[in-house]
Amino acid sequence: MTVREAFRVAMQALAANRLRSALTTLGVLIGVMSVVLLVAIGQGARSEITGAIEGLGSNLLFVLPGDGEFGQGPTRSRFVLDDVDLIERELPGAETRVAGYTVGAEALQADGARVNATVLAVTASYPRVFNRELARGQAVTESDVVTARRVAVLGATTAEELFPGQDPIGRNLTIGGIRYRVSGVLARIGGGGSPFGPDQDRNVLVPITSGQRLFGTDRLDAIFVRATSTAAVEADRSTVERALSQRLDEDEFSVISQDEIIGVVGDILQILTIVLAAIAGISLLVGGVGVSNIMLVSVSERTREIGLRKALGARTRDITTQFLLEAIVLTGIGGAIGLGLGISGALLVAQFAPVPAEITGWSIALALGVSVAVGLVFGVLPARRAGQLDPVEALRRE
Amino acid sequence: MSDGEASGPARREGRVLLEARAVTRTYRLGRDVEVPALRGVSFVVDRGDYVAIVGSSGSGKSTLLNLLGALDRPTDGAVRYDGRDVREMSDPELADLRNTRIGFVFQSFHLLPRLTARDNVILPLVYRPGSRRERRDRAEAALTAVGLADRMDHRPTELSGGQQQRVAIARAIVTDPALILADEPTGNLDSRTGEDIMALLERIQTEQDTALVVITHERQIARRAHSTIELRDGLIVGEVAA
Repeated sequence: MTVREAFRVAMQALAANRLRSALTTLGVLIGVMSVVLLVAIGQGARSEITGAIEGLGSNLLFVLPGDGEFGQGPTRSRFVLDDVDLIERELPGAETRVAGYTVGAEALQADGARVNATVLAVTASYPRVFNRELARGQAVTESDVVTARRVAVLGATTAEELFPGQDPIGRNLTIGGIRYRVSGVLARIGGGGSPFGPDQDRNVLVPITSGQRLFGTDRLDAIFVRATSTAAVEADRSTVERALSQRLDEDEFSVISQDEIIGVVGDILQILTIVLAAIAGISLLVGGVGVSNIMLVSVSERTREIGLRKALGARTRDITTQFLLEAIVLTGIGGAIGLGLGISGALLVAQFAPVPAEITGWSIALALGVSVAVGLVFGVLPARRAGQLDPVEALRRE
Repeated sequence: MSDGEASGPARREGRVLLEARAVTRTYRLGRDVEVPALRGVSFVVDRGDYVAIVGSSGSGKSTLLNLLGALDRPTDGAVRYDGRDVREMSDPELADLRNTRIGFVFQSFHLLPRLTARDNVILPLVYRPGSRRERRDRAEAALTAVGLADRMDHRPTELSGGQQQRVAIARAIVTDPALILADEPTGNLDSRTGEDIMALLERIQTEQDTALVVITHERQIARRAHSTIELRDGLIVGEVAA
């Protein structure tokens, strides 16, 4: 019997039991759908986050407290404003390339409007290092920093929320109960927030000195250096490390390039994606067990048919092929529909949820390949049992 | 039909289709219990022969049918088709033997309920080479030969018992077998329909020179055959040549 003929026979048999075939398929369908959907979400999250890091600008070096090893507890920063000066002295053209900040979350209040925002206490160089453009008014200046002036530059969204329909420049607000004056508004970045990063249009910038007073600290959370080119990143890293080691121990700071962060974060999210896929894969496995189970039922129900086919000249292999194909068709159809639903689901998620979903070729190939393999693996046992039935016994069965 | 002991294949060379020689078949039930179903049976079926095998239940009829149908192998002795011993044939070779040389007709018809009459008749052709069109043509010719030209698209449940058995006969002859093996072919039919079915089988036997072996417990059916083998307790107790 040719495979095509066996395929036709398998389809006939499946069509004769439509409801059961559909329900069996459902198990595989759900499994494939979850694999495709969860991998899409994982991949989407990965490119969203790495994209957000890339969006900070290119060729950035992050100077962070601690020795930069993952798996350690949070390290208290020992950076102070003088460290920024230390780096600036060593790096050529450093005034526009080195920025430091301290971050806090504070309640903002103006004219009865009240919002919570991330307050970045920054050096004057911050907007240039991070490519933040000003929409109106004035940025944080060097003299604001020196005199610890209580001025604030609002993110576009925060400005609208605090001063709806008004010009916020020159207006007063309180940050954590301290009075500030709005000196400028940042240009909108757009894109909104995500579960993985705050909305940058809700940030509020204040001079590092007055911010430190606000937060009650004299530390910096991090220092950032922008290299002039990709080629200069490594040279700048050495310079920064040399400069800081004059004052700090080796394990009190680490200099990490943007690419390294993207790499590490990307790797972590890739592992997350694989774990999600594996969990979804378990449901695919359960679907496969269902297929095996139903095929065994089918074999015992059709014992007489198998006996008859053997009497009419079917070889063991013909019978085995027929039942194996039935299993593969079941899982293959489940895989194809599950793939369709998974892709639709991913597109829906991308449309409505804050997490974007990204469909990847490998998840599609994996889902389809695995579903056919599931049919093969879980179909073998029932198919062999069918093929090895003794025709005499099988024909006698009622 | 003639006594296997007295007539060797040499005597009628070319006419012998099937030869059973000192065939025994013993079933093992559990570890130590052995039940002999056939205890040494010998006979010959020639091409175009018409043989009835009679006996009460438990006489070994069904066991013999399975052996003649190449569905089973003897415990001892030889069943030879065209001179080849089935004990020396592999499972795929036996399957091919059943497909090309033997047509089965069962008491309970054994039609697949989800298939039309035509697709039921096509069934044995699926296991041999050939185009779909060719299979269809052969199946329709076979159904026409059994008088069911107008019932090709009916399913078994839409047919009477006699019509179902005709479909089964069409399925048996569609492969042009050398032997039709009918196991109580009239057992599930009323006597008039049974009469028609026997007449149909006999017509095929004479017109197409196909050997017909009918297994039955009904004397008047057996009497129609050219020769009769009577089985009792796994042995041949009587042979009548017509």
